[in-house]
This record gives sequence, structure tokens and C-alpha cells, in this order.
Amino acid sequence: MYARGLICRVCGKQSELAVRYYCDACFGPLEIDYDYAAIRKQVTRGHVAAGPDSIWRYGALLPVDRKPVDLGTGWTPLLRAERLGARLGLRNLWLKNDSVNPTFSFKDRNVSVAVNTALAYGYDTFACASTGNLAGSVAGFAARAGLKSYVFVPSDLEQNKLLSAAVYGATLVTIDGNYDAVNRLCTQIAEEYGWAFANINLRPFYSEGSKTVMFEIVEQLGWEPPDAVVVPMAGASLLTKMNKAMHELVKVGWLQSADTRLIGAQPEGCSPVVRAFASGSDDVSPVVPDTIAKSLAIGDPADGHFALRAIRDSNGTAGAASDAEIVEGIRLLAQTEGIFTETAGGTVVAVARRLREQGLLQQDERTVLCITGNGLKTPEALDGEIFSTIRLPRASLSAFEAVIEEQAA
Amino acid sequence: MAVTVRLPGQLRQWADGQKQVEVESASVGDALQNLCSRYPSVGERVLDEGGQRRRFVNVYVNGEDVRLLQDDSTPLRDGDEIIIAPAVAGG
Repeated sequence: MYARGLICRVCGKQSELAVRYYCDACFGPLEIDYDYAAIRKQVTRGHVAAGPDSIWRYGALLPVDRKPVDLGTGWTPLLRAERLGARLGLRNLWLKNDSVNPTFSFKDRNVSVAVNTALAYGYDTFACASTGNLAGSVAGFAARAGLKSYVFVPSDLEQNKLLSAAVYGATLVTIDGNYDAVNRLCTQIAEEYGWAFANINLRPFYSEGSKTVMFEIVEQLGWEPPDAVVVPMAGASLLTKMNKAMHELVKVGWLQSADTRLIGAQPEGCSPVVRAFASGSDDVSPVVPDTIAKSLAIGDPADGHFALRAIRDSNGTAGAASDAEIVEGIRLLAQTEGIFTETAGGTVVAVARRLREQGLLQQDERTVLCITGNGLKTPEALDGEIFSTIRLPRASLSAFEAVIEEQAA
Repeated sequence: MAVTVRLPGQLRQWADGQKQVEVESASVGDALQNLCSRYPSVGERVLDEGGQRRRFVNVYVNGEDVRLLQDDSTPLRDGDEIIIAPAVAGG
């Protein structure tokens, strides 16, 4: 394994690889450090290409040192999107469709790493604080790995998100409060119980999984990084880790340079990072979320500070979309490209549209939209939407013909 | 006001192994100052050189993030519970 230790993202203090998540000197978040020089010498693009059709083709840059428990996460389709591109005014548009992961969201990337960390360190219970997608993923992978699981979520989540965690046998703990309250409670529970919380005490390991979406995008484009990626932001870890991924690809010699613009997308009803970006601040002030995009409803994004830096350093930008625009984004993606995404994906489409209109995305930029989750988990977002249907009183050809003729008239 | 401050795991070794500490304070900022002067090694970790709370230290009063209240000026009442927790989010 090339992972060689933990390093504090704030003060740089190094420590040995262990289940710890914040710096004992300054409380800064810890992340995994690798022996990049050794990877550069020993692992090539050719080795990657010969690897499995999953995130494990990038095993050199993941902190897992065992034959992984797996459900087939990653290596999801990167699709050219000409019809959506025509509607948005983007001539070189691609979609990274992570809604087809094993539990139907990008979180499987993180959880694939976290579950193997839990097993490596001998835990018997796997847990998380979640806005929904993570809960399903933790529950599914716990079942696969033979671990007990507890998932903690706000009680007002969409029904299918609750179901898609409970079905795997997890103990579902619903809490009357927003995600930030659930998260705070879970940091306390993680201190008192000897459980592996995927996104708390295993966080340095867990968050590494997010890098693989960027690795895949670059490899699927023939090792030509895109000009821009549009990424949904909740805790803002995904964007931050996609930035780490770009820099690692250069460090290990698989890319010459990393100059993809990182573009963050949030719903207007929970846009603390976008606000901080617009105001030029380095600090993200927490907000109380109010949006249909519940998977993005994190009012206190702990990685917001790092995401801001990554966006600015990459000459990127950030934008927000209203609930109505998010719903329109869901429809537009479904009706132009055949992908039914949840509210986070709708947010990405809607923000891309706005930024194009504002001239902040250029029509020729090679742009990738990260579609992170599946629309069947959030049907409530489409309540009240009207879709084209025909109701026939009986199974009669003439009745059908009458309706079609009427429509044509 | 007599309030309880609950400490995260990595701070307990610097506070005689206690999970929670009682302090007498009128405001959040005051309570943190009292805690940090009683246990200087806790203080080094919670406050920066200028005495400001470090960026990744979150503080809650009765479960509410103080940044959504009046931050360090948030007044305290007898029996209030302050939680110090590392900033971590994403789910």
C-alpha cells in the first residue's frame, strides 16, 4: 500500500495511519498522505487500464490494503450530451452518470473505501450521519460485509431514501432536526461508542473515495482533463477531493498538468459556499437550509473553506439555483438525455445553465456535469409536475386513434 | 452561571481525563476562556495564538451552533450545556 500516514490539512502535522479524523494540535481535518514518488516509479497509466472496471483500478491512490469487499462501484458512464448541450449552449458537454452505482449514488465511492477500513481495523458496526444517499450506501455495504449498521438521518427525508437504507437491514435512526444537528449528535456518539462512522471517525479514508470520480473522468476522456467540471456541494468534500485527485494525477506522472476549472453548485436555499465565494470571503458562515434539494441541505459545510480555495485556485466559479430551476433541471436532463437524476443532479444542470447565461461558462469549454444520484430516490421533488399522459377508458384502437387525432388537430 | 462543557475525546487527556467540565460563566466566550485558562493544554488546541477560536472547532449551546446565535457573546443560563466538537460534515 502506498498510503503512508495522516497529515493535517491546516497545520501540516503528520501522524501514523490510524482511525483518527482531527488534528490533536489544531482540530484541523486529517487526510491521507501517499508515497507519490514510489507510485510514480511503479504504477503507470497502463497498470490502471489493466485494472478492474471499478474504483479499484486506482487502488494505488486509495488507502486500502486488503482484497476489497466490493459491489462494483465506479467506472460509471461518461456520456457525451449533445442534446442537453444544445439546450444549455455548451458544445462540448459530458455527463458523469454516478446514479448507476450499486446503491444509486456517488457515495458508494466513499463507502467502498470506508467499509474496507472498518473491516481492516476490526469494527463490527458501521454507521453514518446522512442526508440520505450515504445512509443507503452504508447500509448496503454493511450488509455485503456482514457488519451491523446504524444510520442517522433527519426525519423529514424523502420516503425512498429512508426505504433504501432500511431495506438492507440497517437500524434507521430518524431525528427531528436538520442534517447539521444529526451530524453534531453523531460526532458525540462516535466518541462514546466503538463504531466505525463512515463520514466521521473514518472520514480521512472515506473521503478519499471521492477522488475516483475525477480519475475516471480524466481517464475516460483519454487522459485529457476537461476544461471545467460542475460539482454539487453539500459538505463540499466532493469538490475538494476532486481537486486533490487532479493534483495527485500530476504528482504520480499520469498527467502533465492539472488545470480543470472546478465549479461548485448549490441550491439557493442552502448556498453558504456560493455566498462566501461571491463575497470574496475565506470563511463560510453557516445557514439554516430551506430547499427541496435535501441531499445538499448541509448548512455548515465543513469542507467549505477548502472548496473555496480549490475553486479560486482553479479559476473556477460557483453558482446557485432556485427550487423551481432545480426541478426544471431534473426534467431537462431526463427529457434530453434519458437520465433521471435526483435534486442534486437537477441543481448541477440548473447551475450550469445559469452560469452559461451569465457568460461564466464558455460555449466551447469541455465541460463535465457530475450527476451524483438517482431520481427514483426523490420523487417528492416532482410532486405537482405535469407530465404528458393519455388515459383511455378502454383498450380500444379507435379510442386511441380519436385521442391522437384530437392532439394533432 | 454554572454551565457544563462537554469535551471531545482528544481533549480529555488535557483535562485530567474528564468528559465534561463545570464552569461559571455569563457568556460562551467567557466559558471558553475559563476552560482554557484552567487547562492550558486544552486552550492551545481550542484557541489560536490571538485567543480566537480555531477554524475547525465548533461550539454549541444546548445543541445550537453558536455562529447561528450570538457567537462568543451568546449569554448563558444556569444548567446550559456547551459542546465542543471538531467541525466535520458531509453526508
